[in-house]
Amino acid sequence: MKILVAIKRVVDYAVKIRVKSDKSGVETLNVKMSMNPFCEIALEEALRIKQSGLASEVVAVSMGPSQCVDTLRTGLAMGADRGIHVESTAALYPLTVAKLLKALVDVEKPGVIILGKQAIDDDCNQTGQMVAGLLGWPQGTFASKVLLDTEKQVATVEREVDDGLETLCLDLPAVITTDLRLNQPRYATLPNIMKAKSKVIKKYTPQELNVEVKSDIEIVEVTEPPKRKAGVIVSSVDELIDKLRNEAHVI
Amino acid sequence: MIGAIKTTSLLRFSSVTSISRSISTLILAEHDGGAIKSQSISAVEAAKSVDKQTSISLLLAGSGPSLQQAAAHAASCHPSISQVLVADSDKFTHPLAETWARLVQLVQQKGEYSHIITASNSFGKNILPRAAALLDVSPITDVIAISSSNQFVRPIYAGNALCTVRYSGSNPCMLSVRSTSFAVSVDLKSNEAPISQVDLSTFDEDFVGKSRYINHTAQVTERPDLGNAQVVITGGRALKSAENFKMIEKLAEKLGAAVGATRAAVDAGFVPNDLQVGQTGKIVAPKLYMAFGVSGAIQHLAGIRDSKVIVAVNKDADAPIFQVADYGLVGDLFEVIPELLEKLPEKK
Repeated sequence: MKILVAIKRVVDYAVKIRVKSDKSGVETLNVKMSMNPFCEIALEEALRIKQSGLASEVVAVSMGPSQCVDTLRTGLAMGADRGIHVESTAALYPLTVAKLLKALVDVEKPGVIILGKQAIDDDCNQTGQMVAGLLGWPQGTFASKVLLDTEKQVATVEREVDDGLETLCLDLPAVITTDLRLNQPRYATLPNIMKAKSKVIKKYTPQELNVEVKSDIEIVEVTEPPKRKAGVIVSSVDELIDKLRNEAHVI
Repeated sequence: MIGAIKTTSLLRFSSVTSISRSISTLILAEHDGGAIKSQSISAVEAAKSVDKQTSISLLLAGSGPSLQQAAAHAASCHPSISQVLVADSDKFTHPLAETWARLVQLVQQKGEYSHIITASNSFGKNILPRAAALLDVSPITDVIAISSSNQFVRPIYAGNALCTVRYSGSNPCMLSVRSTSFAVSVDLKSNEAPISQVDLSTFDEDFVGKSRYINHTAQVTERPDLGNAQVVITGGRALKSAENFKMIEKLAEKLGAAVGATRAAVDAGFVPNDLQVGQTGKIVAPKLYMAFGVSGAIQHLAGIRDSKVIVAVNKDADAPIFQVADYGLVGDLFEVIPELLEKLPEKK
C-alpha cells in the first residue's frame, strides 16, 4: 500500500512574525522557513506505518513555488521514498490544493493520505477534510492515535475533540489529519540527508493535472491585532487581589 | 430574484448595485441532552451580523427523543430563528463528517441558502470544509468579525495577524465562527419557530458506513465549560504532576472557574487533552484568565488574546507571559496558590 503525505513550507513556528507596512501580508523575506509541524507529524506517522511493514512506499507532495523543493528534500531525508512538487507561483487556497491532491490520487492511487490538521501560517484546518469530500473517502481528523489493519483494510483513529477523545473506524482508502500528540517526528540523520539528494522529485503543473487555479476568496488586507495595554507587575498576593477586585473588578 | 439563479458561475453583486440580494442563512447546529448547544446560538448571532434581516434556518441531526426535544428547545431559543430543520435517522446518531456533509449538500440543494454558518469547534472544523468541497466553494473558517455579507476577518499565524477576506464565489458563502467573538444576549424571548423534518429519502448510502463510531472518552467535571467560562485558571508544566494540578482545580472551584492547561501540561499527562488552551486547542475569552507556571509561548497566547484581564504567576521574571499579562506576579506558584486560596472569598 502506498501512503501519500502532503507537506507545506511555512514560516518557522518560533519566528515572531511581522505584518508588512502595506498590509498586503506577513513578511516572509529573509525569514526562517520550515516544514509545517503538523506535516512533520503526518510524515513521521507514514514512515512508522511503512517501517511496521504495512506500507510499501511513502510519497511526499508539496505545492507552491520552487522553494518547496527544500521542504521535500527534508521530507526525503526523514525517509520518504519519493517527492512530488506541484509548481505554482499563484496563491493556492485549500480548495485548489484539495483538487490538486485528488488529481494526484488518481495517478498514485494511495491507500491512505495523511496531512497535518492545519498549517501554522493560515491556520485553516480545511484541506484534509476537503480532499476526503472530493474523493468520497472517510476522514479521521485531529488524530492522536492511528492503527492500521491492512488485512481488514481499516484504520482505527482516535481523535482529539472538544470534550475528550473519540475513536472511529474508517474503511480504507481514507484521509487522516494529524494532531500534535500523534507522534514525535524524527530528525533527519546526516547519512539520510545525503541519501535524499538522489531520491526523485517529480514536478507537475496544475495545468498538467487539469486543475484550474482560480479562487473565490481574496485577501483584502492583513493587519496587526489590537495591542493589549501594558500591564503591571505586582509585588504580593495581597496587591494582586486588591487590584483584581478594586481596579479590574473581575472578582 | 437573484436567489433563483442556480449556476455555479453566479456572480456576486457588489453592494454598489441596487439589486437587493436575498440573504438566507442555514445554521449547522449541535445538540446535547435534549438542548441546543450555546456555540450554535453564537452562530445565530453571527448570522445576524451578516445581515440583520436574514431568515435563519437551524439544522439539527440525530435520532430519537433527545433530538426532538432539542428541536423544541431550538425552536424558541432565539427570536431570529425562522425555522428548525430536523434530520432524524440512525445515520446521524453520531455527528460523523461523511453523513453530515452529505446532509448539508442535500439541504442546500433544496433551500439554496446564501450563507451556511456553524461554530468553529471540533464539530464545525470537521464537517464544514468537507461540505464546502461537495458544494465546490471555499469556506472561510474561524471568523472573528463580519464586515459585510461577503467580507470577514479571521486570525492567522496563531492570531499574531488578522486577515480580512472577501468572498467572491457563488452561493453558499460558508463560514465557521469563533463563538467567543459572537456573544449571545442573555435575555432572549422568542416565539416558537416551525419545526420540519428533512426529507432523507434521497440520502444515498454511498459512504454511509465507511466511517463507524467506536467510542468516546470524556471527563465528567463540575467545572464550567472552557469555551464560555467567565473565569479560567490555567496551569503549565511547572505544576510538575497531575497531583499538583489539583491545586489549580481547588482555585478554580473557589472562583467558579473552568480549568485550562498548556500543551506542555497535557503532553506530560497532567490533564486530559480537552483542557488545552491555545492555537490548536481551545480559544477562550473570559473576564479573567489566570496562568500559573505558564511561560507564554506564542501558541498558547493565541488562545487567550481576547481575555479581558490576564494574570500571570511565574518564577521566571523573563517569561514572555509577562508581556501580555495585565497583572504579573513573579513568584513560586506553590506558595502563591495556597495564599490565594486562603485570602480569596468564596464564590457566591
